[in-house]
Amino acid sequence: MTASETQDPAMAKTTSTQDRRVQRVPISEKLLRMPAVLPLITFLLILIVWEAGTRLFAVPSFVLPAPSRILGGFESVSAGRWMEHVWATLRVALIGYAVSFVISLPIAVGLAKSRLLSGAFYPLLVVIQSVPVVAVAPIIIVVLGTGDAPRVVITFMISFFPLVVSMTTGLAATPPELIELSRSLRAPSFREITQIRLPFATPYIFSGMKISITLSVIGAVVSEFVAADKGIGYFIQFSTSMFKLPQAWAGLVILVIMSLVLFQLVSVAQRIFFPWSLPKGQK
Amino acid sequence: MALTSNAISFSSVGQTFLTGSGSVTALDGVTVTIAQHEFVAVLGPSGCGKSTLLRLTAGLMKPSKGTVSVFGKEVTMPRDDVGIVFQKPTLLPWANIEDNVVFPVRHKYGRVTNEDRAQARAIIETVGLKGFEKRLPSELSGGMQQRVGIARALFLNPDILLMDEPFSALDALTRDAMGIELLRLWQASPKTVLFITHSIPEAALLADRILVLSERPGRIIADLQVPTARPRDESALRTPEMQDFSAELRSLLIRKEAA
Repeated sequence: MTASETQDPAMAKTTSTQDRRVQRVPISEKLLRMPAVLPLITFLLILIVWEAGTRLFAVPSFVLPAPSRILGGFESVSAGRWMEHVWATLRVALIGYAVSFVISLPIAVGLAKSRLLSGAFYPLLVVIQSVPVVAVAPIIIVVLGTGDAPRVVITFMISFFPLVVSMTTGLAATPPELIELSRSLRAPSFREITQIRLPFATPYIFSGMKISITLSVIGAVVSEFVAADKGIGYFIQFSTSMFKLPQAWAGLVILVIMSLVLFQLVSVAQRIFFPWSLPKGQK
Repeated sequence: MALTSNAISFSSVGQTFLTGSGSVTALDGVTVTIAQHEFVAVLGPSGCGKSTLLRLTAGLMKPSKGTVSVFGKEVTMPRDDVGIVFQKPTLLPWANIEDNVVFPVRHKYGRVTNEDRAQARAIIETVGLKGFEKRLPSELSGGMQQRVGIARALFLNPDILLMDEPFSALDALTRDAMGIELLRLWQASPKTVLFITHSIPEAALLADRILVLSERPGRIIADLQVPTARPRDESALRTPEMQDFSAELRSLLIRKEAA
């Protein structure tokens, strides 16, 4: 109490001096007040140095194309073709992601509820996770043939593990008192899952979903490297084999944008539908 | 079953837990009966099995030895007529206050009627939170959150209220106010209360009767009637007889720690 009282006049004094010098706020202070601007400036500076460097030292475009050449790489393919490639990759990434989610959920519920199941299957999941998917991809393609199915499986294999781990952790992180409350009410066991454990796991599930969504894009691209006739991954491989590096870089830029947008969509979904699950200070 | 029957009775109850490094005896030879509408505080050092006593009564665990009965029937599983208030309010952070209070019904039966909601609002009013029905728990202070915890326990109108150090996470002033508030609720609608605490003044202020537990393995080393008549408020603690009584309780707890 006394501490805050003695501080109050001091604080009033500093704010009044700030008011008088309002025009003289240093530029670094101003920048700190605009969190979105700072990384944008960094990014633009890198682009400028990149552009100037490649021109100044005449770097060949197959080593490092200048940003302006990459921009040109976008134009060498029609918008319709771009959309086809983007859609092919996006479709596989999203279906694989959805499959991961749908399969992870019951696995996580089983692992969290039963020590027997968790003892029997958790090591197996770790083994699956430890398999280098890039190495298995050709085998999966041979087994499942062409089409979306093998690509979805490859995407699933890359993206499901963080989901299972985060869901299992979240389902086990419920306050024990609420589980006791549920037991004391003799409520059906599935409602303990749907009304207590799953909602409490939401923050954990979302952190797993954020990791997995970008892994899904990686999975889709890996599958396209192995066998595909469409998709950004296919397009990058095709372009490099034709030595068209600027357009390969353009494909890369699109992949980065795709990952960023998907990641942001997951974040926004959490903010809109589960605002209470955000860490304090992010609401 | 006679009307004046015992609400809760323990007969030579022992509880042993298996841990990684062997077994721990939490309770040993506990025999006690608690009458209907009696307010009993259980006082003891931490880790003496106070909470085990509560969980046995709630039917959340089975005793290793002896029997626990509620209203003359052996407790083999949780009963409908028992409400629990935990040390922390443990509310659902995504649900507003009203939804938190009706949660037991939603959880047990899967649906909530308008009568349930009306009843929940009435209980929210009795615990002094009228106007906060649509707020989220994070918008309430710790004391208010625990009021919601009490409202949730009262919602199914239990005959027995089990309270596991319900005010120990609150600051001293809020704690005293909540104790007085609880007495008011209890007097308005009498229930059998088993109140776990490690605070001597809290036990002396609230209870009709105090059971003192020893350190592990928990045994009942004293079973005392609180000397002051009701209704009580904070000033009751300052009377000479209550001072003496508190000193007696303190010496019981200290002797036990020295032993």
